[in-house]
Amino acid sequence: MHGRPRKASKPEEEAASAAKAVKLRSLQSQFMTNHHDKIYTKEAIELSTKLLEINPEAYTAWNYRKLAVEDTLSRIESDPNLVNSIFDEELRVVENALRQNFKSYGAWHHRKWVLSKGHSSIGNELKLLDKFQRLDSRNFHAWNYRRFVVELTKRSEQDELQYTDDMINNNFSNYSAWHNRSVLLSSLLAQNADGFMPNEKIPDEYDFVHSAIFTDPDDQSGWFYHLWLLDQTLNVETPLLTSAWPSHGSTIILSGAGCLNSSSSKFTTFCSESGSFPLILYSDQAVGGVSSSTVTIDSELKGNEDLVWEPISNKNSQVSCVWVTHLKYVSSDPCEYKVKIRVGNSPGIISSRGYNFSAPYEFVFTAHVHDTVEDSQEGIVSWTDGFDIWDAKSKDLKSLVTLDRLEAEIDFEWRQEAIDSEVECFGILADSKIGKLTLARLLMAREVMVSDDAVKGVRYEEILQLYNELMALDSSHYQYYKDEHSVAFLHKVTSSSESLSRHLFRYRGMNNLVCLRLNNLSLSRIASVKKLLFVQMLDLSHNELHSTEGLEAMQLLCCLNLSHNRIRSFSALDSLRHVKQLKVLDVSHNHIGKHSVDTTRYLCSSPLSNSEWSQDGVGRQNPGLVTKYWDAYFVLRDLNLKQLDIAGNEISGDEFSSFVLQVVPKLVWLDGQKLGN
Amino acid sequence: MADKLVADKHVRYILMAEKKKESFESVVMDHLRMNGAYWGLTTLDLLDKLGSVSAVSGGFAGNTGHDPHVIYTLSAVQILALFDKLSILDVQKVSSYIAGLQNKDGSFSGDMWGEVDTRFSYIAICCLSILKCLDKINVKKAVDYIVSCKNLDGGFGCTPGAESHARQIFCCVGALAITGNLHHVDKDLLGWWLCERQDYESGGLNGRPEKLPDVCYSWWVLSSLIMIDRVHWIEKGKLVKFILDCQDMDNGGISDNPKDAVDIFHTYFGVAGLSLLEYPGVKTIDPAYALPVHVINRILFTK
Repeated sequence: MHGRPRKASKPEEEAASAAKAVKLRSLQSQFMTNHHDKIYTKEAIELSTKLLEINPEAYTAWNYRKLAVEDTLSRIESDPNLVNSIFDEELRVVENALRQNFKSYGAWHHRKWVLSKGHSSIGNELKLLDKFQRLDSRNFHAWNYRRFVVELTKRSEQDELQYTDDMINNNFSNYSAWHNRSVLLSSLLAQNADGFMPNEKIPDEYDFVHSAIFTDPDDQSGWFYHLWLLDQTLNVETPLLTSAWPSHGSTIILSGAGCLNSSSSKFTTFCSESGSFPLILYSDQAVGGVSSSTVTIDSELKGNEDLVWEPISNKNSQVSCVWVTHLKYVSSDPCEYKVKIRVGNSPGIISSRGYNFSAPYEFVFTAHVHDTVEDSQEGIVSWTDGFDIWDAKSKDLKSLVTLDRLEAEIDFEWRQEAIDSEVECFGILADSKIGKLTLARLLMAREVMVSDDAVKGVRYEEILQLYNELMALDSSHYQYYKDEHSVAFLHKVTSSSESLSRHLFRYRGMNNLVCLRLNNLSLSRIASVKKLLFVQMLDLSHNELHSTEGLEAMQLLCCLNLSHNRIRSFSALDSLRHVKQLKVLDVSHNHIGKHSVDTTRYLCSSPLSNSEWSQDGVGRQNPGLVTKYWDAYFVLRDLNLKQLDIAGNEISGDEFSSFVLQVVPKLVWLDGQKLGN
Repeated sequence: MADKLVADKHVRYILMAEKKKESFESVVMDHLRMNGAYWGLTTLDLLDKLGSVSAVSGGFAGNTGHDPHVIYTLSAVQILALFDKLSILDVQKVSSYIAGLQNKDGSFSGDMWGEVDTRFSYIAICCLSILKCLDKINVKKAVDYIVSCKNLDGGFGCTPGAESHARQIFCCVGALAITGNLHHVDKDLLGWWLCERQDYESGGLNGRPEKLPDVCYSWWVLSSLIMIDRVHWIEKGKLVKFILDCQDMDNGGISDNPKDAVDIFHTYFGVAGLSLLEYPGVKTIDPAYALPVHVINRILFTK
């Protein structure tokens, strides 16, 4: 019980409490009679006043009072003095109740109800609010009520901003004031109000929040405000196209499902049974409206008018950073085609904040359609044998060059200066947790500011060192810093062709598939996927991953090795449902079935999150198993796997294996064994 | 220092509370008897002792005679779900009552008197989902309203512009989870805000910056972290220790912090928190519906 110390009650205390209880019981039952018999006499109302004085949480009494007021108003003449005195009484009762418990929802709402009837002066209300601020500057009921009064009386945002100035100058340790400030400021900035241009205001705000952070680095009041300022500094409103596959200037080889008669190790080969290949567009923020009218495709590949574009996202969302369509080709018609893509020609592509691309993007790639010679073999895919070193002269890594920001009005100067200035300031706090963390974030932020060629200039080693120090300094949040470390590490690996090619190989077993090996790197998190869209085979084995969050954009991925990680359930693999090319999956030696708590239970589309589902034969015959292995059921039935490894998990066993075989009837290899018919 | 969960003592505490109705503390909370029943009964089920309680009474007010409100309607539905007795409800009537409280902007009022709060959005969505009547409300607008309460720190408040608070965050994240809309949450931003609720000294969690740790946040912060898959960002062992330290080792019950008096509310949140931390001997609780997983799976996986 908040505020009530734990101690054995003495017999006198118990007797007093019982006596109070008897009084309260009698009040309550009398009140209930009045309420149910709709008695609104002066005495009855007075009784409810007494009740609410003792117990402001008796919500039915507040309801009763509203009914009593309405009843009284309906019976008196509309004499403004009389009406005012009735409302004044209500406000007095509310104030008394709040003195008892200034967090009473019922009391605050009753006051709003009275005010919405058009009573009391704003001066009175603001005075009352000042009183409560002094009692508790973090009382969110009071702050909410303040916003209510401001809205009702149309007080200006600038005046309210000044109020937060005063509150913060009085005591910087007032998160509620910083929060209110962020709401008001973001509104004024969005309106481009006088004196609220981002390039001037944001640097001013940095100076202002320094007082909070530098005075006491352990006080969190300014931390989140500073992070928001950083976000305002980095985030450009207009969306940008950051990568695509196939990328500008690249050459890809397309064929049918079988092997090619020649192995061209220089280019990426895409084999398809369906005779189509994906075209992927990756933006820096979620956008909607990507369609055949906003993306034009100029090519002689036949049958590609009115393409259907899909966002790679949750079913309930029509926006995404990643959009995909599939272009058709005919493999029995070998030829070379130039394909020109123009994105954002017409203003239909819009970010979730309502902005268009500032200018259209254009890129061109070449597609060689080759004839297939042999039938496709269904040999087992190995993760250890049959790999060739990446050709350093391979033209494929041109795909790393992300698209130029053509004519984007980004206005980098003030942003770059702000970051540089903050880096300098936070050097002073280099020994504190918030100092190191902010510095690491600022250094990472520089990545966004520089062009691709200069990305090598980003001080990745320093960032990684800062996260190592944080893991030691603030061990409670070890895993948070570990995740950030993994992200920075992957950004470093993908920052240049040289560093990335050290991890690339070609798999002979399947038409020289592009294979990226990121195994044994203590990775706890996946990142930089926008630079890895060309990868077809991914080895993430022997890491610390617990989810495949982020992999959904890798539309070319057909083989994935997640063995020896920390995957706890199939729900953690939900993102793979978007990777339609996936044929080979290894999740052996993980933690599936080991934990009772599923941390991705609601990040997986299923009936639990009210996703529509059609019951199939498996569901009808084995409802018990479907409930028991629900996540395996929903995830696996959406994949087209030919090869699966699940050994070495607590869930493994005959019951689970036979269930898997029912859910994935087209499976050819399970745990290294070829399946019979 | 407490090194284990004294489950039997908590069971006895809850059963005694049922009987000790004549103290002042009890009478003053008469109006939320329904919530108290839900907290007590769910805790018993988590500790595998639901069989020790018999039939349940109540309307959808906080207690007989009091006015109806969604807060108590949810507890009623949750209690019936626990006992697998949802069939005794007039589902049509209950769902219409809730659906009728949705406003034009997608928000929900708590009752006919019009108080709006994202708590009520969660309650409506949770309740209707259990009753399998979500289609009676405009889910898209409900989601839009919740998203409008998202703050620049990644958290959520009671109404648009209101400060982020762990209780509201649980409600908003829970509602988004149940309706399959977690893509609206910036999981990294909110995850960091939530993981910074952990107090270095005691290991307990507070509800917002610069506030004191309290056992009830072991539920609201923890379940939110679990729903967005960021729970590995806090130190679980330390939190377990904090909850155990809040037990009354002699009389049973759990309090908000080691020095305060125990109550059913915090007993529930303490045990529920331990469930999410995989404490041995405690059944798994669903982080969105705040009911045991076996109950939710039974309801939602049946066609």
